[in-house]
Amino acid sequence: MQANMTSNDLSLHGVTKRFGATAAVDDVTLQIPGGRFICLLGPSGCGKTTLLRLLAGLEAPTAGRILVGGADQTHVPTHRRDFGMVFQSLALFPHLSVGENVAYPLRIRGATRAQRRARAEELLDLVRLPGLTDRRIHQLSGGQRQRVAIARGLAIDPKLFLLDEPLSALDANLREHMQIELRQIQSRLGVTTLVVTHDQKEALTMADIVIVMDRGRVQQMGAPMEVYRDPANAFVAGFIGTSNLLPARLLDAATLEVSGHRLALDPADRVKAPPGPVTLSVRPEDVRLDPEGLPARVTFVRDLGESVQIVLDHQGHEIIALFSPRERPQVNLGDAVGLAFAPGGRVVLP
Amino acid sequence: MAQARDDAPTPGWLGVVPGAALLLLFLIPFGIMLAVSVAGREPGGFYQWGFDLAGYRRVMSAFVGGILLTSVAIAAGAALIAVALALPFTVLLAGLSRRAQTAILVALLSVLSLSEVIVGFSVSTLLSRTAGVGNLLAWLGLTAEPQSYTPSLFALMTGLTYLSFPYAVLVLYPPVARLDPELGQASRTMGASPLRTFAGVTVPLLRAPILGALILVFVFALGSYLLPQVLGRPEHWTLSVHITDQAIYQSNLPLAAAMAAVLLLATLALVGLALLVARDKGAPA
Repeated sequence: MQANMTSNDLSLHGVTKRFGATAAVDDVTLQIPGGRFICLLGPSGCGKTTLLRLLAGLEAPTAGRILVGGADQTHVPTHRRDFGMVFQSLALFPHLSVGENVAYPLRIRGATRAQRRARAEELLDLVRLPGLTDRRIHQLSGGQRQRVAIARGLAIDPKLFLLDEPLSALDANLREHMQIELRQIQSRLGVTTLVVTHDQKEALTMADIVIVMDRGRVQQMGAPMEVYRDPANAFVAGFIGTSNLLPARLLDAATLEVSGHRLALDPADRVKAPPGPVTLSVRPEDVRLDPEGLPARVTFVRDLGESVQIVLDHQGHEIIALFSPRERPQVNLGDAVGLAFAPGGRVVLP
Repeated sequence: MAQARDDAPTPGWLGVVPGAALLLLFLIPFGIMLAVSVAGREPGGFYQWGFDLAGYRRVMSAFVGGILLTSVAIAAGAALIAVALALPFTVLLAGLSRRAQTAILVALLSVLSLSEVIVGFSVSTLLSRTAGVGNLLAWLGLTAEPQSYTPSLFALMTGLTYLSFPYAVLVLYPPVARLDPELGQASRTMGASPLRTFAGVTVPLLRAPILGALILVFVFALGSYLLPQVLGRPEHWTLSVHITDQAIYQSNLPLAAAMAAVLLLATLALVGLALLVARDKGAPA
């Protein structure tokens, strides 16, 4: 799964891109081992697409250096980088057939017609589109075009495979299916892959490493579950999955005060702030109902079949609690209940 | 059916206005011209209605055939040069800021307000011995003495290109501006240099508008009758010049009308052929 561990390591040093006065990418420094599947995740306008375009050479950084496998790529023109890229619009060439699209990078590199056809067929098999070599692009469905774009991006065994919101145009079912398939293709080929997405579920499904960005800066980088369980700040906690954020005060390393109630922290809880005013972050699945806990009122019950969501109000703060159908508490709209948080599920953020 | 008509966003009777204009201003004069082309010539007079193919027989002669070929060659040459200049120009233009694009397009449009006469005499002056670039070349020591470069094929092509270049840009601009920049970028990420991307992606994607611009400039140049007289030698006179000559100076309206009819047919045939050639490669997406 992790071939090319050393050869295609990606490193960024202080990479910055300004458009006028605003920094779209602000002093990004990253070390990413080769052969991994990386998701660049963030809200729109966070600079993730600009960062991808900097890697592709489609934008020139204002400052900083980009190295792939130790070789400086910062000022190498796009067409000499030997990367593969899938654009959000897919950017398939309507004047070429499916096979000619897939083999376009090989034609540029002077491969013969027979070589190109053989490779195009091999790649179309890889993305499960056998026998479509001679079709025109406009004859394909959205999902098929998606696969053709992926095949084309992989045609030259790229050092780096870049994808910009590649699945955003697909409907929900097909998108989930393609997430799994893309991940499987990447595992088989071991190509270092960077996917830009604003969909945190997509990132958690596919990635070895998630890089969360906001306002041009990297907020956190890590394995998906690490980022989920142990968010570095309130932005990450709120952006990855659902988090309940409550204002609190940290009295000492083991005691927290939430709206006048003292909570004893567990050693498994993560405290990332010094004593003083803090934000308590708790995932919905770590919220419990406990008569001894913080006073709250049930404001909504959402039965989703596979899970039950109970929306609670605690002194004007909305708290979402998630239960499996078997553990569903017997509560009704408007009931006064007590609120508690599972030990180990509490994250204290600055 | 009447119901469906009432729902239409444009009232159907509006079509009557251009229809009537087409009939009155084009089809009827065209019919008269066809009738005149087979009318008998009355020496010293005008023409008599009748059916006489003398005009067409003269058109089919080697002399007029040669003129037709010259006309087509000059018009095709002007179309190729104008579009070859306009295409890279338009692609670069579309990459500039909105403000710069507007300024350049307005400047181009202002060229269209110049009449053929002004352009013809300006180019003629520019290339003349007494006041033209010949003096500049002599002063730079590139030529021993100032030379005149007009009348010549070069002068004629310069004039035609100058006049038709804005039309070519205006035809190409909308599709070029709409072209998805990611297509070119995708080509770059796949290893194609900017030049290769232009030739392998940009030009093929713009095949239809390029052909449209070629046809427009070709037809425009074919109808030009002033520039060949001002800037060209007699052997560069196009059929249009000869039609004017026959109609106005030789008072041979039947021959002029026959030549005009043949010119029209030849133009239609060439445009049709160009469209046919363009059609063979698969339908656009």
